This record gives sequence, structure tokens and C-alpha cells, in this order.
Amino acid sequence: MFRVIDHRHDGKNRSAINRSRFFRRFRAQIRRAVSDSISGRSITDIDRGEDISLPQKDLAEPQFGLDAGGIRESVHAGNDRFNAGDEVDRPLGGEDSGRGGAGQGGETEDDFVFRVSREEFLNIFFEDLALPDLVKTELARIPEHKLVRAGFSQTGVPANLDVARSMRGALGRRTALAAPWRARLHEAEAKLAEALDRHGVDDEEDEEIHALRIEIARLKAHIEAIPYIDSFDLRFHNRVRQPKPTTQAVMFCLMDVSGSMDEERKDIAKRFFLLLYLFLQRNYENVEVVFIRHHTVAAEVSEDEFFHSRESGGTVVSSALELMIEIAHSRYAGGSWNLYAAQASDGDNWDNDSPTCRNLLIDAVLPLVQYFAYVEIRAGEPQNLWREYLAVAARSRKFAMQRIAELSDIYPVFRELFRKKPA
Amino acid sequence: MSELPPRRARKRARRALPAPGEWSLELIERYNRELARVAGGFGLETYPIEVELISAEQMMDAYASIGMPVFYHHWSFGKHFLTTEKRYRRGQMGLAYEIVINSNPCIAYLMEENTMTMQALVVAHAAYGHNSFFRNNYLFTTWTSAEGIIDYLVFARNYIAECEERHGEAQVEELLDSCHALMNLGVDRYKRVQRLSLAREHERQREREDYLQTQVNDLWRTLPARETPGHGEAQERFPAEPQENLLYFIEKNAPLLEPWQREIVRIVRKIAQYFYPQRQTQVMNEGWACFWHYTLINALYDEGLLADSFMIEFLQHHTNVVAQPAYDSPWYSGINPYALGFAMWRDLRRICEHPDDEDRAWFPEIAGTDWRRSLDFAMRNFKDESFIAQYLSPRLMRELRLFAVLDDDRRQRLSISAISDERGYREIRRVLSDQHNLGSREPDIQVWNADIRGDRSLTLRHRSSQRRPLTGDTAAVLKHLARLWGFTVRLETLGEDCSIETAGECRLEKRKGAR
Repeated sequence: MFRVIDHRHDGKNRSAINRSRFFRRFRAQIRRAVSDSISGRSITDIDRGEDISLPQKDLAEPQFGLDAGGIRESVHAGNDRFNAGDEVDRPLGGEDSGRGGAGQGGETEDDFVFRVSREEFLNIFFEDLALPDLVKTELARIPEHKLVRAGFSQTGVPANLDVARSMRGALGRRTALAAPWRARLHEAEAKLAEALDRHGVDDEEDEEIHALRIEIARLKAHIEAIPYIDSFDLRFHNRVRQPKPTTQAVMFCLMDVSGSMDEERKDIAKRFFLLLYLFLQRNYENVEVVFIRHHTVAAEVSEDEFFHSRESGGTVVSSALELMIEIAHSRYAGGSWNLYAAQASDGDNWDNDSPTCRNLLIDAVLPLVQYFAYVEIRAGEPQNLWREYLAVAARSRKFAMQRIAELSDIYPVFRELFRKKPA
Repeated sequence: MSELPPRRARKRARRALPAPGEWSLELIERYNRELARVAGGFGLETYPIEVELISAEQMMDAYASIGMPVFYHHWSFGKHFLTTEKRYRRGQMGLAYEIVINSNPCIAYLMEENTMTMQALVVAHAAYGHNSFFRNNYLFTTWTSAEGIIDYLVFARNYIAECEERHGEAQVEELLDSCHALMNLGVDRYKRVQRLSLAREHERQREREDYLQTQVNDLWRTLPARETPGHGEAQERFPAEPQENLLYFIEKNAPLLEPWQREIVRIVRKIAQYFYPQRQTQVMNEGWACFWHYTLINALYDEGLLADSFMIEFLQHHTNVVAQPAYDSPWYSGINPYALGFAMWRDLRRICEHPDDEDRAWFPEIAGTDWRRSLDFAMRNFKDESFIAQYLSPRLMRELRLFAVLDDDRRQRLSISAISDERGYREIRRVLSDQHNLGSREPDIQVWNADIRGDRSLTLRHRSSQRRPLTGDTAAVLKHLARLWGFTVRLETLGEDCSIETAGECRLEKRKGAR
């Protein structure tokens, strides 16, 4: 008996469950490896797979076994110089001869390295996170459409006319409709030729020839009467509107770089921006990042400058908001961009600037963005900016705010911000 | 329209097998018909064949679960999958062209990426070579049951899944970790195991559960709860004789295991037992399969059925598989079992067909006999160790230029103890045979004593030979064993000078979870 079964199309990923168990078992280690790798990357370079390396000893599957040492005898192939009784230096043939029986080379590295895909890499971070409902509905509405080809139709605008296909149809129709007339025409022409042969000369008076001539003319007229092109033949390119999900987003990073923001706070801020970026990457094909730093005046800067330069002096938060609004209007208008904003600050602000910020947010910023997240990196009492922002949060669901005291607070805060809300 | 070819050529063309690069199901079946015909002519007995076509990804899946089509789930298989995947994607390794399973019907996997030539080679190799070996070798016929294995694996997977639901994945995983650590010591080497059958397994599993528990309880209950120490005369050991099968001993005697835990220990043990013959017959089995794909394909070629282009591709793959690099080559990693096995079977056939004086002196019982019958006998009745000891010929040792090396860690340098000459043949044969003896490749560790009158600690004995030390894994394995046993576990090493020293200990307080 011989049976061939084609299994290629089923049972893919049979090991997926074992793979996920492996991930679950070493979750803590993998998490740590992922977060280490993140701190080494730039924000915009975060979104790809990663080689994760775990210490081999952590995931060993121990077995009783014999180690090198003691007395071992082994047989090898390809003797080209030895005689019985010869002595040679170890290792034999420039390699460890002890491998003889085991032959399990390559398994002895100190680290177990494997590749996690982009998806898995990010999943480790975003496990049970999702876009806030508000944004989800926003996404589901899909304001953009694009036209895609969808075969041909018999009606349409002249611009969409497919000339070649229409003419081909016309030719076919003409051939088909003319076929019976043409057959009779050939018949008549043959009879005429025969009659002419019989008479030897072209006798105009002969009734048979005359009748045939009339018949031929009539048939030709019939054939001629078939329209060269008919509205029936026309074929138009058919295009249908297909919803096009908005696939680009821009993320505004706003940060206070006044004297009161020290390196540690900036580092916390960086982690926060990074997580937001990763999160957006998961939902949009194309994410741009705009870095705006501010003290008393705001400026758009490069990523490096954003995180590593330090200014002195006071703080006017509204300057950053104004710059952001300006950039949004000039570069990201037109509805094809999803705007997100994240602001990090230590909460210091000129007293009379905070109400301005509140009004700017409510009137100008929040209508533009999908989501505005504010984190205050501060251990002590909240400042006036926090109080004003509380008022904003009460009025809009697009606005979220959190306080972060130290590095370990970031992740929980982030989860809190984008928590999966029961549907 | 092309002209009809002349009569003779047409007849040949009709029979000749096409050799396109791309395979098709229909072509595979056509090739198989021809292979089956010649295999029958050679008298190969096989199980029915089931060929399954799979993708590279599925092949990696199959790798991860030791090639079995059904298997229970465990993180370690995920780990193996990741290793394979990484190495495959980086081009560090090719995937095996096939996996074949000792079952009835015999299941062989073919990869989608293979060319038609490869598919034909694999069918000949796996579906006729390995298949007939599984069907007839004494280790396989007495120690595994090809009929029951798939059903048993289904039972095992379902049972373990059920346990995971009832007792939690974490608990089952821990248990499996511990069982896997002892898997190599979970086999009976001398005692015949029972045949596996799904129906009986189901029926008897519950029965066994109850029965086992009473047995274990009895063992511990009949003893006085506390005996004053020092009471003992010469204490009797339990078990009376040392036990080689650690998992079996655990399954039957571990005091604190739940019935379901015993069942899982049993499952791991059964599967270890199923694979045990494959680990003992690598040289023979792979050599046999290579010998037959070579012989069958050549038979078809001799009949004029195969194109030259087919043969060139076939020979290239074949020679890659059976190449034996020399000891100083960068590709050398010991004796290649495919190469050794293939060479030995070919050599056996040569001894039968064209013996010289040396062969007559060394192999009087087979020189000049019918090669099919002699090879069949050798295939049925040997394992690697005995096969090499019996059939490795001086001529083959010379051809492979074998030499034996003695590595004594107390001496400065290695010494060459034998080369392929008149004085060395027997020594080389002995060493090579021993090199393929699982008994000397793995440490000899047995259950020595369970202190059933005292603290219930378990003592294992490692009989050391040639001063070979145990690996650093030992402590970790003892931890796993202690988790199963439930009490302190100790490992003693019995030296060749009859000295006894403690090689490791994992203390565990009474009736507390491991660790």
C-alpha cells in the first residue's frame, strides 16, 4: 500500500503552542532582554525584530552524562601518518578529539540566542494594551477612500473607455451578425460566376444573371448595414471606491528642558515617548515624530538635541503648545494624519501661563489630535499646571494625565493610559 | 506535429520515467510503483507506506516534537523550534530531507522544496530502507509496537492536556521537566515491555491508577510510623536488587506522587522506551536506508528508466550524505554513522558476492553466500554495537583508514593504540563497537536503596568506569529527581577500586514541595 497525503496547507504552526509556552516560561528574562535592547535604540528605530539572548544555563535541560576526562578510547578515520604506539599532542587534528562520540557541536555556547519577530517583540511590551475606545471608533470610521480597478462595465464615463476591448467586442459582433448574410453572398457570387461561365459573355439581358446581381447587392447592403460600432460594444474600466484606512500618524513630543528637568527626568520622559511611539507604530504604517522642546520659548529640534541639551531659566508651557499647533496646521493638515501628542514636564510653569495652556488645549489642540497624554515627572506636590490640566481632563476624553515618580513607574502608567477598556 | 519515434526507442520512452525539476503527486506515485517493483524483487518486507508532503515550516515543527506527528506540548519543544528556525533562516543548516516514523503504516515526510530527484531518493530511503528496518530489526519488533504508537501519542497528548486543565499548566510543566531530565534512564534495557494500544491504555489507565496508589500506600503503611534509630540489624535494602529504570522505579514507588503524576511519568517512560532502539541502531539503520536507496535507484537506472540528469543529481546528494571526512579535515566531527553504515552494508554484499581469501578467513559463514539472505539476517538480528563487532571487515578498516586513539587525562599526550593493520584490526573493531554502545556512552546509574525505614531518602549508585567523571548537570538532575521522589536524593559513585564516595546530594524536607 502506498498513500500520498498533501499536508502542505494544513497544520502550519503546529509548534506555535510550544513556542508560546517557551515565551511564557522565560517571560521575565525575555522582557528584560527586550527592555535592554530598547534603551540602546533610537526612538524611530525601535520597531523591528530582535535577537534575544538568554543565558544558556537558565534554560538548560539537564541530563546525566559523562564528561571529558578519565580514560577515553575512540576510533577516527583518515589515518595518514600514525603508527601504533605513536604519541601525539592534544587535540588531535587541531580539534578537540573528545567530540568523537557525542558530535553535538554548536550547542555549547554560553547564550541561547533566538530571534523574536517584530510582532512578538512588540507584543511583549503591549500585551494587553489597545487604543483607547475613542480612537478606536475614530479609526473604524475611515474617512479616506481610494479607487481600485474591478473589471469592466458596460456603462461609464468616456474617460474610462477601454478602446481596444470595445473594438474587439465590435469586431466579434460584426463577424457573428454578418455570418448568415455572408454565406448567402458567397453562394450567390458562385452562382453568378457559374452563370457567366455558361453564357460565355456578360449578358446584361439574361434574367438569371440580373436577379443574381440584385441579390448580391442586397446582401452586401445588409452586411454594410451592420453597425461598425454599437453602444452594446462599449466597455469601460470599472473602478470601485474602497475604504482606505488612514495609515499615518504624527507624534508630537513636547518636553520641558528648563533647568529644573535633570537627566534622570529626561530619561524617564524618553522611555515614555518611546513607548508611545512603539504603540503608534503598531497601529499605523507610517509614524513621524516631531520633537518640541521648550523653556520660555519653544523650538523644534532633532532627537539627539531633544534629549541631551539642557537649558536654564524659566518655563512657559504655552509656547510649546503654540508651536505644535502651528506645525500641525502647516505640515499635517488635510485629515490624512492622525495626530498624537505626549507632553512631559516637571510641572513647573509661570503661574499666569497655566490658564493659557488650559484654554489652548481645549480650544485648539484637542480638536486636532486623537490623543493627548501628559505625564508629570515629579515626586512632590502637584503644581498649578497639574490643577489646570485636571480641568481639561474633566472636559475631554482625549486627554489623559499621569504622574511618574521614578523609572519603574513608567510602564504601569503607560498601561494605565492605554488600558483596554471593556467594550 | 512531431514524427513518431522509431519503434524500439518509443517502447523505451514509454517506460522511462520523466525527470523534471518539479515534482507532482502523480509522478511521485509513478516513481514509487517502480521502486516498489524492484524492492519486491529484492525481497524487502515493509509496512504499508504513507507519504506526507509538508512545507519547510512544518518540517521545523516536526523537528521540534522529535519528528512525531502528534505530541504533547512542552516549552522545551518550543526552544528546539527556535534553535532550528534561527539556524535554518541564517543558512547555518539545511533541513533534513525527510523524517520517517516507526509506525504502521510507516509515515514518511517529504519536503515541498525538494526536487523530483530528491523525492524519489527520499521515498527509496525512508519508505523502503528505514521502513523495512523498522519492520524487521529485532530491537524494533520486540521493544516497540509500530501499530500502537500513534494512538498512544494521541492518548498521551490528550491525557496531559486534561491534566493541565485539571491541575494547572505550571504543575504539569514542572513534572515533565523532571521526567525529561531522567528520560535516558527511563528505559528497560533487558526486560521486554508490553505492547501499546490506545483502547487498552484507556481502559486500564484508571484501573492502574487505583491499583498503583494502593500498592504505594501499602509499601509505606505497613511500616511502623517511627522506629527508634539504631534498632536495625543488618537492614535490608529496598529494592532488593538495584533498579536500572529510574522512571519506572519512581512511577511504582515514589511515596508522594498523585495518580495522575504517576501516569505522566509512565508516558514519558514509554516514549523513551519507544525511541531507545533508534538510539541503539543509528549506524545500522541509516546505513541500511542509504544502501537501499542506492541499490534501488541503481536498479532502476540499469533498467533504463532513469535519465542521466536524474542520476547525476542523485549521486551528488548521495555522496554528500555518505562522505567521511578525515580526522584533520575542518568538517570532521567523528565517524559519520551514515558513511560507516553504508560502507558496511556495501562491504557485506561484496563479501557475499566476491569474497577474497581474507574475507573467507574472517567471515567463513557468509563469504560466497546469497547476499540478500545474509544481509537480511544481519539486519534482523543486530544492533550497532554487535553489528560492528561482528561485521566490520579488515578491508573496510583499511579503506576508511581507521585508527584508535587512547586519551588518558593523566598522561601528557594522546597515544595511537591501533591502526588498520594485522595487529590492530581486532582492537579497532572493539573500540569502535564500544563507541556505539549506549551502555558505555552513558553513565551507569541505578537505584541502590530507598531508606523506607528511616528518612525515606533515595540513594543512587553510579558505577564509574575508566575514571570518567559525570557532567556538571548532575546536581540539577538530582534536584529534578528529588522533586519526583519527594525526599532527599543522594548519588554515590562506586569507583573501580570499590571505593564509594558521594557525588551529589539534594536535600528535601519531608512532605514539602521541591526546592
